[in-house]
Amino acid sequence: MILFWAGLLAVTTSLYVLLDGFDLGVGILFAFADEPNRRKMLSAISPVWDGNETWLVVTGTILFGAFPAAYAALLSAFYLPLVVMLCALILRGVAFEFRYKSLGFRWFWDLGFAGGSLVATFIQGMTVGALVEGLPMKDGHYTGGTFGWLSPFAALCGLGLVLGYSLLGASWLVLKCEEPIRARAYQWLPVLIVGVLGFLGCAFVASLAMHLELMHRWLERPYLLIFPLIGAIAAYGLFDSVRQRNDPAPLRYSALIFMAAFGTLACSFWPFMIPFALTVEQAASPPASLTFMFWGAGLFVMPLTLIYTTVVYRLFRGKAAELHYE
Amino acid sequence: METGNEYMMWTALLLSRVQFAFTVSFHIIFPSFTIGLAAWLTVLEAFHLISGRPVYRRLFEFWLKIFGVTFGLGVVSGIVLAFEFGMNWSRLSEVTGPIQGPLLTYESFTAFALEASFFGVLLFGRNKVSPAVYLFSTMMVALGTTFSAFWIMVNNSWMQAPVGYAVENGVFVPTDWGAIIFSPVVWVRFPHMLIAAYLTGAFCVAATGAWYRLRGVYAVEGLVMLRMGLFLAALLIPAQLFLGHLNGDYVHDRQPAKFAAIEGRWHDEQPAGEVLIAIPDEASEANQLELKIPYLGSLIASMRFDSKEIGLTSFAKADRPPVAIPFFTFRIMVGCGLLMAAVAWLGSFYLLFERKPWQRLLLWATFLSFPLPFIATLTGWFTAEVGRQPWSVYGALRTADAVTPTLTVGAVTASLIIFAVVYLVIFSFGTLYVYRLLRAGPVQSEPIVAPNPKRPLAVSGGNPAVETTQARGWL
Repeated sequence: MILFWAGLLAVTTSLYVLLDGFDLGVGILFAFADEPNRRKMLSAISPVWDGNETWLVVTGTILFGAFPAAYAALLSAFYLPLVVMLCALILRGVAFEFRYKSLGFRWFWDLGFAGGSLVATFIQGMTVGALVEGLPMKDGHYTGGTFGWLSPFAALCGLGLVLGYSLLGASWLVLKCEEPIRARAYQWLPVLIVGVLGFLGCAFVASLAMHLELMHRWLERPYLLIFPLIGAIAAYGLFDSVRQRNDPAPLRYSALIFMAAFGTLACSFWPFMIPFALTVEQAASPPASLTFMFWGAGLFVMPLTLIYTTVVYRLFRGKAAELHYE
Repeated sequence: METGNEYMMWTALLLSRVQFAFTVSFHIIFPSFTIGLAAWLTVLEAFHLISGRPVYRRLFEFWLKIFGVTFGLGVVSGIVLAFEFGMNWSRLSEVTGPIQGPLLTYESFTAFALEASFFGVLLFGRNKVSPAVYLFSTMMVALGTTFSAFWIMVNNSWMQAPVGYAVENGVFVPTDWGAIIFSPVVWVRFPHMLIAAYLTGAFCVAATGAWYRLRGVYAVEGLVMLRMGLFLAALLIPAQLFLGHLNGDYVHDRQPAKFAAIEGRWHDEQPAGEVLIAIPDEASEANQLELKIPYLGSLIASMRFDSKEIGLTSFAKADRPPVAIPFFTFRIMVGCGLLMAAVAWLGSFYLLFERKPWQRLLLWATFLSFPLPFIATLTGWFTAEVGRQPWSVYGALRTADAVTPTLTVGAVTASLIIFAVVYLVIFSFGTLYVYRLLRAGPVQSEPIVAPNPKRPLAVSGGNPAVETTQARGWL
């Protein structure tokens, strides 16, 4: 049962990263477009963005229900960054509607949309970085104080995720948009691929230089090397598909790169939920809670949710028509 | 332990409470409106499919726009709450997580995903799916909002009257989910909240109808809104008053200290009087300027004239809730309820019999009544939540033991300021945009092509309402 929920948590987390990743990425790229293009970019994500964002809530509540100790430790450790991330997500969420309703304040909502997307992404990357580096913990509780998560490595990971989500965003735009956005996105893509690969290289070197505990995992578990291998193949495929202007391919390859990175982290964390402080087992709810969640949420609602998420995406498949707001 | 440290803890605790109260109060405004509105949209869509009258379709499209703005605000402000449990109340979520966590998981699973997914179809799928599928999507959104409210009420009711658990190593372990979900407390509080939401929707719709009648615009739409809103409210209000009474019963039986605070009863009384209005004074443990009806307190609490009712001084000071807040918020809630009853019944009476002399007065009363359900919902929640203090889980976990121990005053002050600024900005603009939409009314809404792309609203087919907006184009 613990394994089931840990697995499901991995699924919802990766779904969130992929799905909200591309629409946050479009939000970041939004800053580099002009008004007619901005409308088209928004049209490409507006039917799906709020569904994507609910995967964050789903992930958060699974963590709460199935692994309350990890939920309590993580959320209280990242107190201030999470406050800022939530406000960034709020500003960017309301901007979808408000920018079309505003008469003279559109610049403000556009700033909120692009800025909110950027800040939320940066903070998500930073928290992952802080986890990789290792949080100050004692007896399963966070002890690092208000800014215990802050480090150059964490900031580097924040930057890395900004590039990564932008990569997903540009790949989405190539798939969903017509000219001239498609052409712009194809210009952005090579830059972003190089940026992401550069970041991964930096992070790897930094991890080695800092003698991160996580790196020992690579010696103990050589099968982990399969993930960087998948990543490298995907990166090659991505370059190739951009050169051939094959619209649906970049998103697949970008997603594959993300999955490889996620797989690397998940498998090197295991069996810890918060590296080297709290294991999945220690963090888990009693069996009565996990079973209760399993018979309803796990067995029925989760597959249903996945099905209608697929249906919604199929409904809005193909190039996005420009949506009309008033 | 150092006294300075304790003082700091207390302040981070108080600030966390203020922050949770602020964010949850802000949030509840939107669901209480959208739950009712989603049901109303379903009714409109069904009426249109059955009768084919275009007015229902026009109203649907119009209220869908308003739903869009308020639903978005509800979703984003709700995400914050899902995080605040862990951020500010990490001790609570750690020890009660095995019970509250799964309940909130069900909330986000069954409802949130349902709402968010089908809401996309509602907004963008009119021409992509068949009318039946569209109606089904509307129903799913309405059902989603209802489920959402249900799980939230199960969770909160467990905090009010915890059942079906055992404490093992300081952790609350569920022993009987059936007892938790089918607790009688849930089944008086959930309907009370659901009807509150329907009343909120009904009054907002009726007030908009009254506003159009007063301004002499949208005669057909205005009358439909006025009728549907007021008739529904007139039917629901008696049920709501009765459910309110049942809620009082559970508080009387399970939370006697809260009941005493609501009643403003300081000492045990037999027979007990009912304090209508007073100024409760915690220092002297007595009421000032008290207006009290003898015997009525016993009658309300126990349905007898001679029952003994417990006063606050029967509880240790550390176990008493603050008195003034539940005392006054309860009276404000009841007052709003009675005013709503008056407006709904008189208004429906007028609509049935077309009594001319009353018309403008009743229209004005209906128009001005739209804040009442919101105030009643908020003050009702204040009564329930402040009255539960000093407990986070009533009788089992104190609020002081629920807060994150590592939280600093600086961090919570910063977060409170950030939330306050962001919420005030989006709330002000949200209200402004909803006001503009309501003011403009259900104009035939072909996609408007703006001559000036920066001001898409600043065009119209000669509609005076939209022209007014144009005159105010500086915003």
